[in-house]
Amino acid sequence: MSIWEYANPKKFLSVTTPAVPWLFGAAFACLAVGLIWGFFFTPNAERFQSTVKIIYLHVPSAMMAINVWVMMLVASLVWLVRRHHVSALAAKAAAPVGVVMTLVALITGAIWGQPMWGTWWAWDPRLTSFLILFLFYLGYLALWSAIEDPDTAADLTSVLCIVGSVFAVLSRYAVNFWNQGLHQGASLSVDAAENVSDVYWQPLVICIAGFILLFVALVLLRTGTEIRLRRIRALETRANRAEVVA
Amino acid sequence: MIALLIRDLRLALRAGGGFGLGLSFFLIVVVLVPFGVGAEAAVLARIAPGILWVAALLAALLSLDRIFALDFEDGALPLLATAPVPLEAVALVKALAHWLTTGLPLVVAAPALGVLLQMESGAYGTLIGSLALGTPALSLIGAFGAALTVGVRRGGLLLSLLVLPLYIPTLIFGAEAVRRGAAGLDAGTPLLLLAGITLGCLAALPIATALVLRINLR
Repeated sequence: MSIWEYANPKKFLSVTTPAVPWLFGAAFACLAVGLIWGFFFTPNAERFQSTVKIIYLHVPSAMMAINVWVMMLVASLVWLVRRHHVSALAAKAAAPVGVVMTLVALITGAIWGQPMWGTWWAWDPRLTSFLILFLFYLGYLALWSAIEDPDTAADLTSVLCIVGSVFAVLSRYAVNFWNQGLHQGASLSVDAAENVSDVYWQPLVICIAGFILLFVALVLLRTGTEIRLRRIRALETRANRAEVVA
Repeated sequence: MIALLIRDLRLALRAGGGFGLGLSFFLIVVVLVPFGVGAEAAVLARIAPGILWVAALLAALLSLDRIFALDFEDGALPLLATAPVPLEAVALVKALAHWLTTGLPLVVAAPALGVLLQMESGAYGTLIGSLALGTPALSLIGAFGAALTVGVRRGGLLLSLLVLPLYIPTLIFGAEAVRRGAAGLDAGTPLLLLAGITLGCLAALPIATALVLRINLR
């Protein structure tokens, strides 16, 4: 019994198909509890008033935006090393989820920034590196859709994901450098994990759990869809070939 | 390898616009900027380092699709892949040829364009230094992107979407070095980091490029 057994598409589907509704249920339960608790039953913060509550969407989505890319990186490595198709398809399935998470983080950040910093957007290192991450996601998705042969596409996007990861990390620190060179230390970013007090911490953890569950459910569902799509394509090719022979 | 380098350079020269095209593009971008932002010397001097670096980046991007696409179309690339020279070396030579035809002319021409943009006199040294250190990285990263999209028809837009985000660190350190030079500050740190990026790309990217080419030639 090892995790590699699930690299078999049939085994993967037989386990994940019944699990997906449960995962969705758990995700929505967590999100409902976390968001309602967070929005209605926590006090307003002294400096931020009610705007503090966007933290329940902003922080989990931002965390997921980065972690989805890490998951794609791991899946890409598994595909390149062990050639399990499920792994490549999981990376493909995760990318759109990651894009949406990045967008949610950027948009909620802008909505929060407008009343608090007085601007929708500032070229702060964190904001900028998220925008760059968004561009990396777009490039990755574009490469997937541009190449027809599925195995070639999986190989190329995997290499792109690995090289892109190196450059994304590089950009993250380069951006830090660039901003310090431009501005004086205008510390716009608030490190939530360090500053947030217990009242906000508990619903936040539940929300993060909800986002993680939602991501897992979505990726399993989308991977299953990709596997089935590929089966359909294989069946169609076989049918066409049979027609030609007949 | 040397034969391949000479061949690539000769092709770039005789097919027209090898050295000239990237350089003319560089010039045009620089000429367009004053029309866009106004001709005030103070404004131009402030944005000159950034403009010159962004223009260099776009000029390098413009000629990327020629690195592998032509050889892929006429079937020379599979021959190169089966040549006694390892494909990694081919990738390196291709990137070198790209740099010699686009990067090097930019390094030489950039000070003249700096004059057009009213750049501070102290910045010329760092401008040449940063371009000389940074443009090889642009060619190496570009060769990787070109290898990724070699099988895609009309992959130009896709290529820029893939390559430009990878250019960000190079651009940041390059422009920062020139900005510091213009402000009379010490530009050593960004130049060292820029050199680090270039050396890292030099070590790792030809391998990735060759890997991607093998996938595309399968």
